Amino acid sequence: MLNYLSRRFIYAVLVLLGVNLATFILFFSINTPDDMARLNLGGKRVNQAAIEKWKGERGYDKPLYINTQRQGLEQVTDTIFWDRSVSLLALKFGRPDSESAGDIGAEVATRMVVSLQMALPLFILQVLASTAFALLLAMFRNTRLDFWGVVSCVLMLSISSLFYIIVGQFLFSRVFKLAPISGYAPGWDAFKFLVLPIGLSLLARLGGEARLYRAMFLEEIGKDYVRTARAKGLSEGAVLYRHVLRNALIPIVTSAGSYLPYVFLGSLVFENFFGLPGLGAYVIEAISRQDFAIVRTMVFVGSLLYIATYVLIDIVYTWVDPRVRLS
Amino acid sequence: MPKFVLLWTDGAIWLLIAALVAYTVTVLRKPQWAANWAKVFRDAPALVSSMVLVLCLLITLLDSVHFRPQLPPVAGAPAAENATPAYASSTRSLLDQVLWDLIQSRESTYSRPLSYLGFTKESLIVNGEVQRVAPRLQFGGKHLADPETQWLGDVAAKAGRGALLGAVFASLLSAALLLAISRVQRLPLAQVWAQVRARSTPVPWHVALASLWVLGLVVGPATALSGPYHLLGTDLTGNDVLFQSLKSIRTAFVIGTLATVATLPLAVTLGLLAGYFKGWVDELIQYLYTVLSSVPNVLLIAACVLMVQVFLDKNPELFETGAERADLKLFLLCVVLGVTGWAGLCRLLRGETMKLRELDYVQAASAFGVSHSRILARHIFPNVAHLMLIVTVLEFSSLILYEAVLSYVGVGVDPSMNSFGGMINLARKEMSRDPVVWWSFAAAFGFMVTLVLAANLFADGVRDAFDPRARAFKRRRAASPARKTA
Repeated sequence: MLNYLSRRFIYAVLVLLGVNLATFILFFSINTPDDMARLNLGGKRVNQAAIEKWKGERGYDKPLYINTQRQGLEQVTDTIFWDRSVSLLALKFGRPDSESAGDIGAEVATRMVVSLQMALPLFILQVLASTAFALLLAMFRNTRLDFWGVVSCVLMLSISSLFYIIVGQFLFSRVFKLAPISGYAPGWDAFKFLVLPIGLSLLARLGGEARLYRAMFLEEIGKDYVRTARAKGLSEGAVLYRHVLRNALIPIVTSAGSYLPYVFLGSLVFENFFGLPGLGAYVIEAISRQDFAIVRTMVFVGSLLYIATYVLIDIVYTWVDPRVRLS
Repeated sequence: MPKFVLLWTDGAIWLLIAALVAYTVTVLRKPQWAANWAKVFRDAPALVSSMVLVLCLLITLLDSVHFRPQLPPVAGAPAAENATPAYASSTRSLLDQVLWDLIQSRESTYSRPLSYLGFTKESLIVNGEVQRVAPRLQFGGKHLADPETQWLGDVAAKAGRGALLGAVFASLLSAALLLAISRVQRLPLAQVWAQVRARSTPVPWHVALASLWVLGLVVGPATALSGPYHLLGTDLTGNDVLFQSLKSIRTAFVIGTLATVATLPLAVTLGLLAGYFKGWVDELIQYLYTVLSSVPNVLLIAACVLMVQVFLDKNPELFETGAERADLKLFLLCVVLGVTGWAGLCRLLRGETMKLRELDYVQAASAFGVSHSRILARHIFPNVAHLMLIVTVLEFSSLILYEAVLSYVGVGVDPSMNSFGGMINLARKEMSRDPVVWWSFAAAFGFMVTLVLAANLFADGVRDAFDPRARAFKRRRAASPARKTA
């Protein structure tokens, strides 16, 4: 176990290094810091002096990879790559490109709490609701309920999540006035602001998830051990809960696990639309301000969380499926 | 003579069409492939959705021939013999030409669907007094002398006439279809008709005929009403919403097809190589796609698109008109989606290739001294091609949905280009107006759900026909006693 985890950890660091290098090349080699400065300053103020000042303030005036003017180790450490890319590994995020935004590290820390508040209950409810609905359809397979259930799943997954939020906000906030239109308050007050986004997000993903889980259940139901269980005289409910559900949990964990990174990152669209100051909204703000430093940092944070969740999923596997040994 | 302009996405779309034609010819020659495709069309939902998709494809193709019309010579200017002709600065497509009336009938601002009055009230002098009233529209319903009494009758009459025309078209098409069936199957027409009516044909032609009629009865009145009225209303700047929706179909189609096709080269090459050679090649390729898939997709695409934006701002010499810029951006968006989205398919193909390379026929081929490249091309690729097809078709609909989200985030298509994402984005603000401006939103919703639903159902049909595992499952379901009609 420990051996496996340490190997996974080394691989994770390697992958992170790859992500880091790739994003750096993407952001600094296709376009020079001068282009970014020009875009960020914009308008009339653009002259070479302003660009130099902008670059100087953010440390973009150094060479990209190797600083030939320095000696020894500083040849590598006194570069943009070291400052803005390698230091991400130590979770030093530095300052954003635009003037108004605060320190990235502090922002990430405070906003992650909001994202967690929305996404953690959502994640749990999502798995429960989709599994329950899929189990219901599997229980009544080949009946009218199943048929129309699948039809509504296909219909629901053909509707863009944007429609859910726009219609949902219109109906529940404007017409019925059941929830605030948007906004956020810390502490327990957050509940009333979070109900609507969580509910709508649940609805938006239910169709796709439930259909997928239903297929997984049906695949398990066709297997021999289920026939054996029925032959023993177990009731349909017992077969489903005690046998099928447990075995179908493995693919469900994999599929649900792929959403886990978003538990921390939050849903970009939902947070932005309902005015929740989480990480997702932060990304959208950064994109509209063309703040590359924040986008780059969020790419890194996102992949960090992603890799962490995958190690977590591996550990969950051993709990769900005793046959799986981590080695 | 107008000057034809081949935009990047136009070129790509026509290339894809050429590839599609070539593929169809091959399928018709190979009986097993033809049998699989026949299975797709035996599925009623897949058959109906393929008709919807073909309709959308036709609109896309019409919208993929671009030209710049020649400007008439300036009046009074001396007529030079061989003066270079001047061309309009805006690029037009064939679809624009067909719908030219819709483009021209631009109102000043919002108006409700089929309305003859503006949506916002203005101060007008009525009977010598200044009153706040909704003004008459410039184009919508301008042929009505006394709209209050005539409007309902006129709309009903036009819709009826359109429905009649649609019915005539539908019956002509149905007759043509029946004739074609009887010609191909070498059966008398009456017998074919009897079979179709008895619903005993292997391909559910009765469903196809019914949907032809539904299409005719929807499209007919819609066409008849979209001329004199604004069928789906107008937006903030007075543009016809129906026109925008029709234009958005191309954007959705281009993203759905090009972006999936753009994933194929990387996914197929790397997937096959990793699965076939194993060892360090496999390790390297696995590392590559782990790196790629460990960045949340939206973030990666946002980062790439931001870079594309800077790149386009830096190189203005790449395009001449605004439409060309928007098109280049769309093309690059598809490339970005392709370059960032190959990991899933690659992983799938790698696994399948690993299984195949251990099989006896591959071992035999390599024992006979067949080269690696030949084994990959002749023995392995054809046996994983069905996975490629299934994933491509499945991805199509999710990419159309994705475009809307990307546009919302601000990294989607150019705002000047019509797209469902753009329409929804604008509709967001309109829905918070009072009274609500709902028609842009409803139009985007209707068109998008139709397109995505059709794509999803078609994809399901393709998967069921081509995936051996799905087929086994289907048979089991068909054999179960709970199914009433055998």
